[in-house]
Amino acid sequence: MKEVVILSGKGGTGKTSIVGSFATLAQSKVMADCDVDAADLYLLLHPQVRHEEEFWSGKTALIHKDLCTSCGLCEEVCRFGAIKDFEVDPISCEGCGFCFQVCPEKAISMKDNMAGHLFISDTRYGPLIHARLGIAEENSGKLIALVRSNAREMARKGNLDYILIDGPPGIGCPVISSLSGVNLSLIVTEPTLSGMHDLDRILGVCHHFGVLPLVCINKYDLNLENSQEIERYCGQMGVKVISRIPFDNVVTEALIAEVPVVEYSGDDVSRQIELLWGKVLKKLQDENRA
Amino acid sequence: MIVSVASGKGGTGKTLVATSLALSVGKEVQLLDCDVEEPNDHILLKPIIHSSEGVFIPIPKIDEDKCNHCGKCSEVCAYNAIAVIKEKVLIFPELCHGCGACSYLCPEKAISEEGRRIGVVELGQSEAIDFVQGKLSPGEMMAPPVIREVKRHIHPQKTVIIDVSPGTSCPVVEAIKGSDFCLLVTEPTPFGLNDLTLAVEVIKKLDIPSGVVINRDGSGDSQVGRYCDGEGIPILLRIPLDTEIAILYSRGIPLVKGIPQWRESFLALFQSIKSKVGATADEG
Repeated sequence: MKEVVILSGKGGTGKTSIVGSFATLAQSKVMADCDVDAADLYLLLHPQVRHEEEFWSGKTALIHKDLCTSCGLCEEVCRFGAIKDFEVDPISCEGCGFCFQVCPEKAISMKDNMAGHLFISDTRYGPLIHARLGIAEENSGKLIALVRSNAREMARKGNLDYILIDGPPGIGCPVISSLSGVNLSLIVTEPTLSGMHDLDRILGVCHHFGVLPLVCINKYDLNLENSQEIERYCGQMGVKVISRIPFDNVVTEALIAEVPVVEYSGDDVSRQIELLWGKVLKKLQDENRA
Repeated sequence: MIVSVASGKGGTGKTLVATSLALSVGKEVQLLDCDVEEPNDHILLKPIIHSSEGVFIPIPKIDEDKCNHCGKCSEVCAYNAIAVIKEKVLIFPELCHGCGACSYLCPEKAISEEGRRIGVVELGQSEAIDFVQGKLSPGEMMAPPVIREVKRHIHPQKTVIIDVSPGTSCPVVEAIKGSDFCLLVTEPTPFGLNDLTLAVEVIKKLDIPSGVVINRDGSGDSQVGRYCDGEGIPILLRIPLDTEIAILYSRGIPLVKGIPQWRESFLALFQSIKSKVGATADEG
């Protein structure tokens, strides 16, 4: 079983459009949407939810007024500014339990958070594991770990070869959770100065965790000079640029139609994505033999 | 007045909007880049950075001479950042939130704290804009402490514009909370709409007035507009799908610099935000 994660650093470079297309091209796979903050893959894959479960994670302090003597120690020790006037702001509370530990009146309890939902679904392209983090919740990293462990379980049971992971933007906790232990990461970048800056940072994260990155330049013809600069930079870093996908509003049209772009059109964009999947697949298979 | 610029979905144009808004306001304005995982405002504004300060999380340091391996620290740690095995205390720094419970509660007073660097806050100037940005170090998990440090530089008398990271979880909430108004930048596609509805839930939870900017208007469908009408959220600006705008962005040129006519639209946007914030304040 091989795992490939699609990342970008910068948001909106086209990760989900590419993963959606990979879903139609790849055989013997599970899809895992690890952008649990703003999961969009389901909009292309139209899953039938087969199993749903609550995701409980972390705790929030609760002050029991009847026991509280307003001594103020809780507010004093809290480093997250979550307690004011003997009330807990659940949004600021990080669930560390310091207040609960020190309260001389035992007037504070820690209650469990319902932090989101996990879904196991069927799609016409195969199984999809996805999730929704509760609004303003923490612990997206743990929910992602849960999505991934379910995806692996599904792949094992179904004897499936690949797990396609749609990753979140950024470089922090959710990205690290999506990336750890995968066989390959495909970085989708764009030829904007922002895209290039963020590419540099996400490559740093891949390097930090020892994950092999391959780069795809999406909308490469938007700024050819910048695309060349990306290739030069990647060459210097010893990172392979394996795909250049042109800009075409057909990608947006496919999105509006809510189908993967390779199913929507036979244009150059689709051909390039097909070639890209071929290369990713070959790399995964080569790794098998190595 | 504090205006945060958020979106739910990444890549919808927050950076474009935040920078052009700051440039249009022109004076007595601060721009805080709180997208500390991927801060990009500096690429467009090219500020001169005049100072920087490290962001540190206080992590426990065990005095082995005093420690009797009672295990209290491990017991109180909510993040499993400390394990006590036989005669050894193991600390996992990247799991530590720096709450301080272990050092405070250690019966032997064997725990002190030392700072672990997780990022940096940089301060600078770009024309009349006071510029502040946070940068999380690659490999680090926790964005919120870096965001908090950026926000410590808020100057209450100025117009403060906060660029927020994509998503709906803790870094987004940390960046937005305390704002007087939240501008939501979206695009007219099902992805843009889906993530906009999530972002709207966040700001409802925070109870902050909001308005929408539709970027790449005309490239998709009209569902975002219908949603906003239904929710009673005003659409304050539409930026059309235009290759010239995309190319300017790719080269790191702010919209209001590349096409100066846009300055008027951004000023109008600022005025409408101001009047909405004023109206809310009057009600309150």
